Amino acid sequence: MATVSVCQYHRGGFSFENCKRNALLEADINKLGFSSPAARKTGTTICGVVYKDGVVLGADTRATEGMVVADKNCSKIHYISPNVYCCGAGTAADTEMTTQIISSNLELHSLSTGRLPRVATANRMLKQMLFRYQGYIGAALVLGGVDCTGPHLYSIYPHGSTDKLPYVTMGSGSLAAMAVFEDRYRPNMEEEEAKRLVRDAIAAGIFNDLGSGSNIDLCVITKGKVDYLRPHDVANKKGVR
Amino acid sequence: MMMSAQAYGDKGKMKEYHYTGPVEHKFSPYAFNGGTVLAVAGEDFALVASDTRLSEGYSIHSRDSPKCYKLTDTTVIGCSGFHGDCLTLTKIIEARLKMYKHSNNKNMTSGAIAAMLSTILYGRRFFPYYVYNIIGGLDEEGRGAVYSFDPVGSYQRDTYKAGGSASAMLQPLLDNQIGFKNMENVEQVPLSLEKAVQLVKDVFISAAERDVYTGDALKICIITKEGVREEIVPLRKD
Repeated sequence: MATVSVCQYHRGGFSFENCKRNALLEADINKLGFSSPAARKTGTTICGVVYKDGVVLGADTRATEGMVVADKNCSKIHYISPNVYCCGAGTAADTEMTTQIISSNLELHSLSTGRLPRVATANRMLKQMLFRYQGYIGAALVLGGVDCTGPHLYSIYPHGSTDKLPYVTMGSGSLAAMAVFEDRYRPNMEEEEAKRLVRDAIAAGIFNDLGSGSNIDLCVITKGKVDYLRPHDVANKKGVR
Repeated sequence: MMMSAQAYGDKGKMKEYHYTGPVEHKFSPYAFNGGTVLAVAGEDFALVASDTRLSEGYSIHSRDSPKCYKLTDTTVIGCSGFHGDCLTLTKIIEARLKMYKHSNNKNMTSGAIAAMLSTILYGRRFFPYYVYNIIGGLDEEGRGAVYSFDPVGSYQRDTYKAGGSASAMLQPLLDNQIGFKNMENVEQVPLSLEKAVQLVKDVFISAAERDVYTGDALKICIITKEGVREEIVPLRKD
């Protein structure tokens, strides 16, 4: 006997049932002159570079809500596994939760395989999740790490495409940072030179992009060692009275 | 088990949802160039301060574009909003000041400039100057005066006023520190010049922390019976 069920079958993922209602509400609010609340984005400059012994990841530390600074010292370099870290730009909640979910799944995977996780595995997991959500998860990531096959660096876009490159930048300050990279990047740099290059790229984003600011965080990943330098450089101090 | 009827149409495909319809992008004659302006009136002085950053979107056009313009020896105007309109408006005000000087053989007083600015702004009621103005100066008796405007010319005389992008952050702080509002059992001391200058510096340092459009440097114009003196203080550049 077929019963009419009140419960609706959820297909998983996002539910778009309220979109029409939300669009009408938003139009009404705009007519009154107000704007609907926006998700907090990080503004941001993040970048990464592959050098002789590993990878260097860099990020600024400003989180903005519209054009107001919400957090002057937030951490944008997220832990994925002992040898893999990920910088996140875009919607703050999305980057935080996505990297935590993949970190957790990667730990389980690593226990199952009995091996140290590979960067390509994290990349595959992240891109498959982001593609599944069709770009609604606003997370633009720079993923880097060192595994048994060597140092690797990926950039991952909110819709799920990835690029494997020797140097990448993401976020609103990505153009300023990329300008520095394109000028001074060489393959097989030494560690100090690579750190200086990443520091200068993030500094370019901090000073020339209004969405980025405050300090520079660095993460140097080599075979067997991770240096999480937070802050690596306090580029901006509060004004002196 | 019944599928949700709302999101799915007949053939099991998702129904189209519309937002407000197709969006046509027109040319906008205005742009927002950021910047914050502040004016304080004391017993025998007035201060007009502004930051020097000119921005648009996420970029910086200039780190050295002050928003205070000296009009006479006793009056300074601060203009923020759309930089194109700020420049044109100040040119028009300066021309009108010259015309007044030539026909009346005296300089315009602060109150007269404020009244004139109101009529200039209202003249463009249906295509406004996108400028937030604050005039600071000395009145005929030598006391400090601040006049604050909206883009279409409504104005009033104030003791202190903040305008521009960080105005919503600064105004409550000024209400508390200069107007002694929202405090109890506090001795209401009149504001001295040194304290006012230090307060203006503190207030802009705080604004630069939280507002992305405010920063680079702070320019303070101090108006006393001796004339107009300038002070420049560096701010955060990020």
